[in-house]
Amino acid sequence: MIAEAGHFALVLALFVAIVQAVVPMIGAHRGNAVWMAMDKPSAISQVLLVAFAFGCLTYSHVVSDFSVVNVVQNSHSLKPMLYKVAGVWGNHEGSLLLWVFILAAFGSAVALFGGNLPPTLRARVLGVQSLIAVGFYLFMLLTSNPFERVFPPALDGRDLNPLLQDPGLAFHPPFLYLGYVGFSMAFSFAIAALIEGRVDAAWARWVRPWTLAAWSFLTVGIALGSWWAYYELGWGGWWFWDPVENASFMPWLAGTALLHSAIVVEKRDTMKTWTIFLAILAFSMSLLGTFLVRSGVLTSVHAFATDPERGVFILLLLMIVIGGSLVLFAMRGPALRSTGVFKPISREGGLLLNNLVMSTGCAVVLLGTLYPLFLDAVGGTKVSVGPPFFNSVFIPLMVPMFMAMGFGPFLSWKRADIVQAALRLKIAFIVAALAVAAVIALAGEGPFLALVGLGLAAWLVTSTLVELAERVKLFREPLVASLGRLMRQPRASWGMTMAHLGMAIAIAGMAGAGGWKVESIQVMKPGDQVNVGGYDYTFVGARQGQGPNYTIIEGTFRVSKNGQDVVTLKAEKRNYPVRQMPTTEAAIHSLFSGDLYAVIGDPDGQDGGFVTRIYFNPLVAWMWAGSMLMVFGGVISISDRRYRIGAPARRNRKPAVAANP
Amino acid sequence: MKRKHKRLTFVGLALLLIAAAAALTLRAFEESIVFFHSPTDIVEKQVSATQRLRLGGLVEEGSVEKHPDAVVKFKVTDMANSINVSYRGILPDLFREGQGVVAEGTFKAGVFIADEVLAKHDENYMPPEVADALKKSGKWDDMSKEMKRQGHVAGETPK
Repeated sequence: MIAEAGHFALVLALFVAIVQAVVPMIGAHRGNAVWMAMDKPSAISQVLLVAFAFGCLTYSHVVSDFSVVNVVQNSHSLKPMLYKVAGVWGNHEGSLLLWVFILAAFGSAVALFGGNLPPTLRARVLGVQSLIAVGFYLFMLLTSNPFERVFPPALDGRDLNPLLQDPGLAFHPPFLYLGYVGFSMAFSFAIAALIEGRVDAAWARWVRPWTLAAWSFLTVGIALGSWWAYYELGWGGWWFWDPVENASFMPWLAGTALLHSAIVVEKRDTMKTWTIFLAILAFSMSLLGTFLVRSGVLTSVHAFATDPERGVFILLLLMIVIGGSLVLFAMRGPALRSTGVFKPISREGGLLLNNLVMSTGCAVVLLGTLYPLFLDAVGGTKVSVGPPFFNSVFIPLMVPMFMAMGFGPFLSWKRADIVQAALRLKIAFIVAALAVAAVIALAGEGPFLALVGLGLAAWLVTSTLVELAERVKLFREPLVASLGRLMRQPRASWGMTMAHLGMAIAIAGMAGAGGWKVESIQVMKPGDQVNVGGYDYTFVGARQGQGPNYTIIEGTFRVSKNGQDVVTLKAEKRNYPVRQMPTTEAAIHSLFSGDLYAVIGDPDGQDGGFVTRIYFNPLVAWMWAGSMLMVFGGVISISDRRYRIGAPARRNRKPAVAANP
Repeated sequence: MKRKHKRLTFVGLALLLIAAAAALTLRAFEESIVFFHSPTDIVEKQVSATQRLRLGGLVEEGSVEKHPDAVVKFKVTDMANSINVSYRGILPDLFREGQGVVAEGTFKAGVFIADEVLAKHDENYMPPEVADALKKSGKWDDMSKEMKRQGHVAGETPK
């Protein structure tokens, strides 16, 4: 009954979405206030219906209703409760349901909090939002119904893929989707603006917080995914330039660019067409990511759907949304007029440089990700484009941007003096040079790019702090006055400072982990000792044990440095009997200077020996800390009060298209 | 500076960036793209010794031997031909005899020295490259029958 109720709610949601996509749009076109006002009740009833459907599926998973196919295929009665719930979105159908649920939730947020939006804009935004939803409801109902029944009911389920039974991965999909789907807001606002023919500072003020929210969620999602890969796959790596990772990274790059260009629209009333384009691009990349990951064209843990019908459907949806919005953009985009003018060397110029580099980077990642698919489709040649490609193309592109990122905040709007900015930043140059020298002295020479990375990180940290110091007039006014200024900084400025600092710390982490990783593979018998990265690892032995729905072999390592005990690491190898599938749980101990990382492999020989893999991964914790600081910056920035009160009234009521022939 | 000049500056900058990206891409494509081969491809075509490549197929039943110092030797087969592979390290969790695998590395004296071995992520899943290689060697039907017999659903393997 519950499953049927959920299915029924989903069908109802489809019809509500159709009404919401059509009626307010026509109302906005004709200026009919009653029709436009349909947007709010329909958006709210849509989210309630989808929430109900989502609740029904969750209930079926929680009570292990093995008459529902989705539960049979992805759950097991012995599975811990956390993973019974996480299993709802740990599969193709359920994850789509989560997708539309989040989409509807964003829509209802506009309906609820968009009271100060002009009614026509709100009606159009919700209409576009609902149009996307219609596509996804149809996709679910026609090809991927999560509520399908099986008769006779199964005795027990086939369990969730054990790799996904992990706290990091339990929350990775919801965050990633909040990010992906969050960009639909910027997209809907962009399409609505194109239909209205107007983009102004007020528009940018509505778009920015949504984009910031989406970007923050996406950053959390990517960081969680990377963290999972780091400890669960047991390869000591955290980013593999795997196509599914790229699929989440491309919207992030486009979204980062959008975040920065929206500032220019808001403050300077220029770069409008470009911002609209980026909004379309960011959401297109999100859809492409969903397609790549869900259609089964790529080999990965994410490729649930291997049904070609589904792939074709998503591809069709992708073409309609991206193609349609680009056609609209080509027709209406040139009519958007900007008033602000600026010189190449200015704050606007700096932000545009950020945008250009981010977009080029996004294009490179796209090329590297799609090239193997393209080659396979045209000639059947199979190639793989792996980390060497991305490292040698993407990283050099980012270097000049991180250089410019230090300068950017020092440049004034309209026109700026770069020599002056460089003089104010001389301390940052000195710190960067000292940092590189110190690293060479301490760690010995490393790979060139890693040294550059650490130098850039030091440069960026110092320049961001110098900028903050200048903003509060540190040492130029009494300390108390500076402190007062510090407290009165707008939240958005705090957000920028934190996000840039976070980026710098994350860069340091990536450079350290990439450049000075120490790896050692050996067979160890109990009592054997090995030195990795200055730490002595003694293999104490392995024991067998039992988890809730798996068995374990647990290897214990005692780690010491110069004879002093540091920590005891317990690495596990789990075996999930239902799926006959083993997983690796790396033992990790994070230190300021790096992670101690041990993995236990297969038994070797008769005398208790095991293949073990031990790493010293420098500065890895910095990456996670840096990412969290970036997210924190995003959240602080959203809380800036000017997004909520006193949103500026629109300057004129005439459509810009007509005003500027 | 006029509006037009300003715009030209940015168009120039954008072109410069794209040119730089294109140059880097072309260079990296030459150096870092890895081609995929099935065992039959390798037997039939000449593969240069220094070239890095990916080899995909099934781990031949009964071919996995453990050697000292964490070295594992096994054969990768597409049911028509098979290739000797040597790998040092911990194999992926789902590495098993009779299952699909992709190894990346180079040939040395007729043995494929892999520095990376990828297995599938899930028990009913087979790397698409491997599925295609098996289809090409005409052994796909045997394989999917075999998988069905073992309780796997052949329909879940990708096209």
